[in-house]
Amino acid sequence: MYRYDEFDERFVRERVAQFTDQVARRLDGSLTEDEFKPLRLKNGVYLQLHAYMLRIAVPYGTLNSRQLRQLALIGERYDRGYGHFTTRQNLQFNWPKLRDVPAILGLLADVEMHCIQTSGNCIRNVTADHFAGVAQDEIEDPRPTAELIRQWSSAHPEFSYLPRKFKIAVTGAEADRAVIKAHDIGLRLRRHPDTHETCYEISVGGGLGRTPMIGKVVRDYLPKKDLLAYLEAIMRVYNLEGRRDNKYKARVKILVHEIGAEEFTRRVEAEFALLDGPSINADPEEAARIAAYFAPPRYETLPAVSNTLEAAKAANPAFARWVEVNTAPHKVPGYAALTISLKPIGQAPGDATSEQMRLVADLAERYSFDELRVTHAQNLVLPHVRQRDLFAIWHQLGEAGLASANVGLVTDIISCPGLDYCALATARSIPIAQAIQSRFADEARQREIGPLGIKISGCINACGHHHVGHIGILGLEKRGIESYQITLGGDDTENAAIGEILGPGLAAEEVPDAIERIVSVYLAARSEGESFIDNVRRIGLAPFKAAFQETARAAA
Amino acid sequence: MPLLDRNGHREDRWTRSEGAAIGNIPAALVPWEVLVEALDTQEPEQVIGVLIPNNISFAELAPFLPRLALVAIAFPAYGDGRGFSLARQIRRAGFAGEIRASGPLIADQFAYALSCGFDTIELPEASAARQPVPQWLNAKDSFSATYQRGYGESGRNVLDQRRAARAAALNAAE
Repeated sequence: MYRYDEFDERFVRERVAQFTDQVARRLDGSLTEDEFKPLRLKNGVYLQLHAYMLRIAVPYGTLNSRQLRQLALIGERYDRGYGHFTTRQNLQFNWPKLRDVPAILGLLADVEMHCIQTSGNCIRNVTADHFAGVAQDEIEDPRPTAELIRQWSSAHPEFSYLPRKFKIAVTGAEADRAVIKAHDIGLRLRRHPDTHETCYEISVGGGLGRTPMIGKVVRDYLPKKDLLAYLEAIMRVYNLEGRRDNKYKARVKILVHEIGAEEFTRRVEAEFALLDGPSINADPEEAARIAAYFAPPRYETLPAVSNTLEAAKAANPAFARWVEVNTAPHKVPGYAALTISLKPIGQAPGDATSEQMRLVADLAERYSFDELRVTHAQNLVLPHVRQRDLFAIWHQLGEAGLASANVGLVTDIISCPGLDYCALATARSIPIAQAIQSRFADEARQREIGPLGIKISGCINACGHHHVGHIGILGLEKRGIESYQITLGGDDTENAAIGEILGPGLAAEEVPDAIERIVSVYLAARSEGESFIDNVRRIGLAPFKAAFQETARAAA
Repeated sequence: MPLLDRNGHREDRWTRSEGAAIGNIPAALVPWEVLVEALDTQEPEQVIGVLIPNNISFAELAPFLPRLALVAIAFPAYGDGRGFSLARQIRRAGFAGEIRASGPLIADQFAYALSCGFDTIELPEASAARQPVPQWLNAKDSFSATYQRGYGESGRNVLDQRRAARAAALNAAE
């Protein structure tokens, strides 16, 4: 993975010093609270319901064991012994004291980490496919691109005071595991059909929140060398023309929607044509320097199927089921990409204790070339595990409560922190997730239902990505009572789609029943091997709506 | 209003005119709305600058640039960053006069403003009173190098420095 050179190192240290100075200027009255707030947000410090929250950047979700151990230490020393992994592949601490923030930033800088641009109206932490570098369907590793963008977007002189936040995601695979179509900019590495050169497909204007939109392709094939100049063109058009009269209409998706994708593209291309590429872009040598850090580790030559693994599976059905559900194929024979579920039944989705972080760090060091990933689904990944080591890993995870075999299943719920923590939330999210998990706790039943993504947001800002959940749940507040709106048919993959509302809002305790009824419709109507989302697409919303109405009626 | 450049406090040689009547003002800063009228009455020894709102397009301003010695861009609030892009576009067009940011900026934006092509910052009294000049000069040098090529002094960005280091390594090897 990427290692800082002297410039990166100094930049992060200088950012810590700058933030410390900003705090001092706030305290001595040089800066007003209104002036200071955006500065603190750009360094990931939020004021939440009960306390400050610190959001730490995990660029494109990649960590090494030393970094995860440092996060564990920070959690223990400055928080309550746990952290929360987010849908943007970041980590949040919910209880740090403001006075401890400089010390935490120093500890992060010691392991090449920071909180830079994890909030505020700027280009946020760049996300990527969590199977980057190991996925079988990958054309090219997206991480060198993501790292280049991380550097380019850090303290950008022109694009640090945008109309609104700006999120970029990158994938290099056929299957989209980075939700690129729900980002302000989504990049997909692909080969040009004629030249076979690797290019970027560029989508702009995706986003969730109160006006969900699927990104529109503005460029089918952009040569890799032109990336930064093209991004500059997009950002300049947005910075100048994005709406600033209403923060709810300020994202680039609204601009693209209002002037149309064609006109937006025309303006970007006109701006791009005026730019002198070589004076903006990274040299090919620089791109190569970054890419070299992501060279594959020294894999062993192994048989495609491990006899050790097969024997362990045969002897232990619970292990076999876990392997089947939680591992993904690896491009190198004899290896697997293992997802560690942070969704044990009844726990807050995405939370990990400091002890759990240390265990995962140890496992990454011992079994996965010292590398791990954070997924946008709030799980962790050991990307390069020898198949024959899976059994030992399973045992150790089991002792720490981390061996849930539910990745991609109905209990692998994505949830924002909701009203238990968040100042913006209008309803609780975590207890809803826990109630649904309890209802579907039986693992055999989960496997019977198959892949099903439930996503929960505790307010219209949609941090829990409910719009693109197969089943989405949005918590609202109506006349002082929490009310949950259910959507169906959302999709966060290359077939990105926004879910549709099934009917009137439900009370919190009615939600598990409603999910149950939706699932029953699917189980009754599915054809052989048909997944939930495929079934919804085939039979349409009507049967689900009818079943949903029954829940609503039963409750009324 | 207090004025700053990269070296600190600067005396303002420009006089603001409310309307188009610039009479015998030697350096007249006029509002965008009356620019055409003011240029019509310009005397040979007179220089004219314009204060533009940040929501006009570069294309609207471009025809006037050859006759202007100053473009002041309004920052209605410090979080409204349109001025940074406008300054970039104006510099890209070869404008060699002064570009000024006018509004309640904060010291942390000084380096960004200079990098985007601004020469001066004109502050409301209240902002200037809270943020003395040394804070601006200090904030300007918060970062010893930046990640963006093509902004500010060449050679101060990481991409150029890494390129130079590669060239040096190559020379040493030969």
